Amino acid sequence: MTAPRRAVITGIGVISAAGIGSEAFFRGLRSEPPAPPLVVDDFDPSPFFESPKEVRRHDRFAQFALAAAAEALEQAGDLLCDPDRVGVHIGTGVGGLSSIESQVLVNEKNPRRVSPFLVPMMMPNAGSAAVSMRYGFTGPCETSTTACAAGTQSIGSAFNTIRSGRCDVMVAGGSEASNTPTGTQSFINMTATSSVGISRPFDLERDGFLHAEGSAVIVMEEREHALERGASILAEVIGYATNADAHHITAPSPGGVGATACMELALADAGIAASEVAYINAHGTSTPLNDANEAEAIVKVFGTPGPAVVSTKGVTGHPLGAAGAMEAVAVSLSMQHRLLPPTANYRTPDPDMAPIHVVAEERSWEPGISLSNSFGFGGHNATLVFAPPS
Amino acid sequence: MSDANFDRMKNCAVEMLSVDPEKITMEARFIEDLGADSLDIVEFVQALEEEFSVEIDEDELEDITTFGQAVDLIAAKTQG
Repeated sequence: MTAPRRAVITGIGVISAAGIGSEAFFRGLRSEPPAPPLVVDDFDPSPFFESPKEVRRHDRFAQFALAAAAEALEQAGDLLCDPDRVGVHIGTGVGGLSSIESQVLVNEKNPRRVSPFLVPMMMPNAGSAAVSMRYGFTGPCETSTTACAAGTQSIGSAFNTIRSGRCDVMVAGGSEASNTPTGTQSFINMTATSSVGISRPFDLERDGFLHAEGSAVIVMEEREHALERGASILAEVIGYATNADAHHITAPSPGGVGATACMELALADAGIAASEVAYINAHGTSTPLNDANEAEAIVKVFGTPGPAVVSTKGVTGHPLGAAGAMEAVAVSLSMQHRLLPPTANYRTPDPDMAPIHVVAEERSWEPGISLSNSFGFGGHNATLVFAPPS
Repeated sequence: MSDANFDRMKNCAVEMLSVDPEKITMEARFIEDLGADSLDIVEFVQALEEEFSVEIDEDELEDITTFGQAVDLIAAKTQG
């Protein structure tokens, strides 16, 4: 009987308002949070495209995906892999919203001017497609569009694609650029976003998330393949689960039932006990409902005191379909730097919240098994389990 | 067509097709010489319609394969 195929991370790339590039991003996680709006001001897409024409024909979210993939692939080095065994899975919550918005306005003025590229720009798979075409990867090329769970689901699906034996390398992550006037206003009208412009996950005064944009992409590969080519292993993905609340379009299931089941399934998939988990990078959006339900689920699974919990969304805000990928990268960076970043803006515990161990100040850390949660509108839950390189 | 109109069309082609200006000649073929595909040509025609305030129908494009033929079409439409 052959040993099960394992999957490791050998490259990471990030585009975020908290920093462009993985090292700048990690510095950002340890610094004063940027002020909203959490858009990536100084992003230049031109290095990632052959011509201005190609730049223009890619929505900002696909540009982000390509840029994050470029950084991750550069770090991973020469993949030494048949392109048919390299796949792409980059999720998004919304897809090319700014392209839709601008072309709707064009259509109102003159339908003859609507771009023939609107559809390929707005389609949620545009990020994955751009990466596949740019690098000639001819393995499975897919896109999860499960709102705020998309980034985590993409990495989880990539993990399964490697485990199944179909691919030796997967380029996986999430990308989002939906900070358009209409997109942001919709969240405001939903009262999902913070009225004071502060993301403070798990804090008593939390009042909503900050709508952010960005992308994170990882290179994941079969462990033996990575070892044979001498790649540096940043972290290992050891478990994944996803399930659904089947409850409400935006609210989590009461008592964190869905999230609890999802974390338990992920631990079972990894074959580890709850007591072995050292750290949870929480979904922790800073909305009253999410954080209370997630805390309750964490206590149900891990007891009290459970593992250290950080929500990096205090700094990054919530980049929706990119969030889970950004947080997978944050976990990987914590393992490399042996350091947990703080849950920014966490000051006052919520007495009505289940007692979890929120990390308020950054601290040195002996890397251990880590979880990353994502929960998306529509009731999608997804949990990844990571281990330090072994 | 005036040199000014040629230059305006050339600017449209350079911007929409991302080609070097020196490649734009009357003889340049859109597909073979300028690397354009059918969607490139749609965008280029849209830019011309905007630039010259004209409408160009799809059937008018059927016989147009070179930049020079496009110049002649615009000249006819603008009586230039």
